Amino acid sequence: MIEIQDLHKHFGGFHAVDGVSLTIEQGSITGLIGPNGAGKTTLFNAIAGLHKPTQGQVLLAGEDITGLAPHQLFDKGVMRTFQIAHEFASMSCRENLMMVPSNQFGETLWNTWFGRKRIADQERALAAKADEVLEFLTISHLSDEKAGQVSGGQKKLLELGRTMMVDAKIVFLDEVGAGVNRTLLNTIADAIKRLNRERGYTFVVIEHDMDFIDKLCDPVICMAEGKVLAQGSLREIKNNEQVIEAYLGTGLKNKEKNVVQ
Amino acid sequence: MEFLHAVIVLSNFVIIPAITYGSQLALGALGVTLVYGILRFSNFAHGDTMAFGTMVAILFTWWFQSIGVSIAPLPTALLALPIAIVLTALLLLGTDRVVLRFYRKQKSAPVILLIVSLGIMFVYNGLVRFIIGVGDQRFSDGSRFIISARDFKKLTGLDEGLAIKTTQVITVITAVMVVALLFWFLNRTRTGKSMRAFSDNEDLALLSGINPERVVLYTWLIVAALATIAGTLYGLDKSFKPFVYFQLLLPIFAAAIVGGLGNPLGAIAGGFLIAFSEVFITYAWKKVLTYTLPEQFAPSGLMQLLATEYKFAVSFAILLVVLLFKPTGLFKGKSL
Repeated sequence: MIEIQDLHKHFGGFHAVDGVSLTIEQGSITGLIGPNGAGKTTLFNAIAGLHKPTQGQVLLAGEDITGLAPHQLFDKGVMRTFQIAHEFASMSCRENLMMVPSNQFGETLWNTWFGRKRIADQERALAAKADEVLEFLTISHLSDEKAGQVSGGQKKLLELGRTMMVDAKIVFLDEVGAGVNRTLLNTIADAIKRLNRERGYTFVVIEHDMDFIDKLCDPVICMAEGKVLAQGSLREIKNNEQVIEAYLGTGLKNKEKNVVQ
Repeated sequence: MEFLHAVIVLSNFVIIPAITYGSQLALGALGVTLVYGILRFSNFAHGDTMAFGTMVAILFTWWFQSIGVSIAPLPTALLALPIAIVLTALLLLGTDRVVLRFYRKQKSAPVILLIVSLGIMFVYNGLVRFIIGVGDQRFSDGSRFIISARDFKKLTGLDEGLAIKTTQVITVITAVMVVALLFWFLNRTRTGKSMRAFSDNEDLALLSGINPERVVLYTWLIVAALATIAGTLYGLDKSFKPFVYFQLLLPIFAAAIVGGLGNPLGAIAGGFLIAFSEVFITYAWKKVLTYTLPEQFAPSGLMQLLATEYKFAVSFAILLVVLLFKPTGLFKGKSL
């Protein structure tokens, strides 16, 4: 689905992403783990178009999409969410979702004045769709609230909802679970699973919560210092010496051993 | 009767001129605030953009006058306005293409863009002076007064006259229309919403599939219209002189900052606040006080707090106070 070849992103002398090559299979939910500063978010940014990669290639189903602008990638079905949920604070949750589909009919000045009826039809359809998405995410009671005023976890759901307004091919989720309580986290996990199964979305998930990763992801990729350290099932990753050293720490290893014993 | 006279004098010399001036400042400040909110830099070239727009309007007014086209009793300049807006838009879009786009691609810091806009300001400045000269140009025609002071006195039998100039009424009506249209556009249309979204959170807007170049294009189109309208109204009301437009930058920025940069509602409030303060403080209150106070307290001096030459000091002082005590402005800035 997505093939990354020798991707580099340098900020001055700092190599945030330092030669990453990996393949993400269609229909998979891939987990991306690693210590803070490992370059996970930078990798997302480089793929999603917010940063131009210094070197390397990103292929989407064989097509070179390296360095395209974010809105162009959006049109190709590549979407991402943010570690700290972003929202259009002054708009309602419904309006936030309605912003999403690109190239809407009302987006040109000419149509703003001379295509009023068609715009109205489209807006109505979008509003219905947005309500449907809010329903799916169990936050339909918030549809008219200002997005700036809902809780952090609900903003995370809204981020996920954004990807559902169009037919995304691949969604990059940056710490969807951070700062979200258990119940809401389960809601998010269920939503991801359903989207994966029912709509065939491919997900790449950055997450620190191992339970969450365990529940959803296969395979798991571990990054450290801008490089891919290991790739495989969570079990394999957990037993990888390098990973343990760089990220999981020895405590977990001991715990695993205890469990095994 | 005394009190009525005081009210009339006050309206004639303070309230009506201040409302007119406030509308002009508000339109100017709206342009500044839109650029700040969406393109994220303080556009110092705005005053000279207004001068350019007005100059084009003047040139076409003269041409219309020479071939005998007129819409009397309205000033011919209103007829030239659409053409002036189009040409100003072309100038701004050209500038954006040649200069600003480069810096946007580099993701330059706002302060660099500010300096760039300073450079653009000097270029526009020279351009306008080169084409039309540095002198004073009057271009208002049509009927001068809706009601002149003499007619007012005759009509009411009062001692004090109230003059309402055509340009004042046109200014206020146009400003109200433009503002209503702008707010409808920003809040109700998909294009306006995508501009607000872009202003609210650029990264998210990009990842929601909003085309940034399109947003930039529309912003400049709107700014061109606002600047040209504001400049032409100001020129009609007073007169056109390139240097004065350059100086207008201070009250316009003061208005935008007082209201909260990036907030259109604030820009309007700021415009009126600055205009009223300026007129209040530079007005000679002698006449009004003579009418209102008992005879023994009647002032002998002019009762003018500040000479009109210093009127820019007023916006400067307000600007300082706001930046010291409420840097985000009266309304919260930085969100459309």
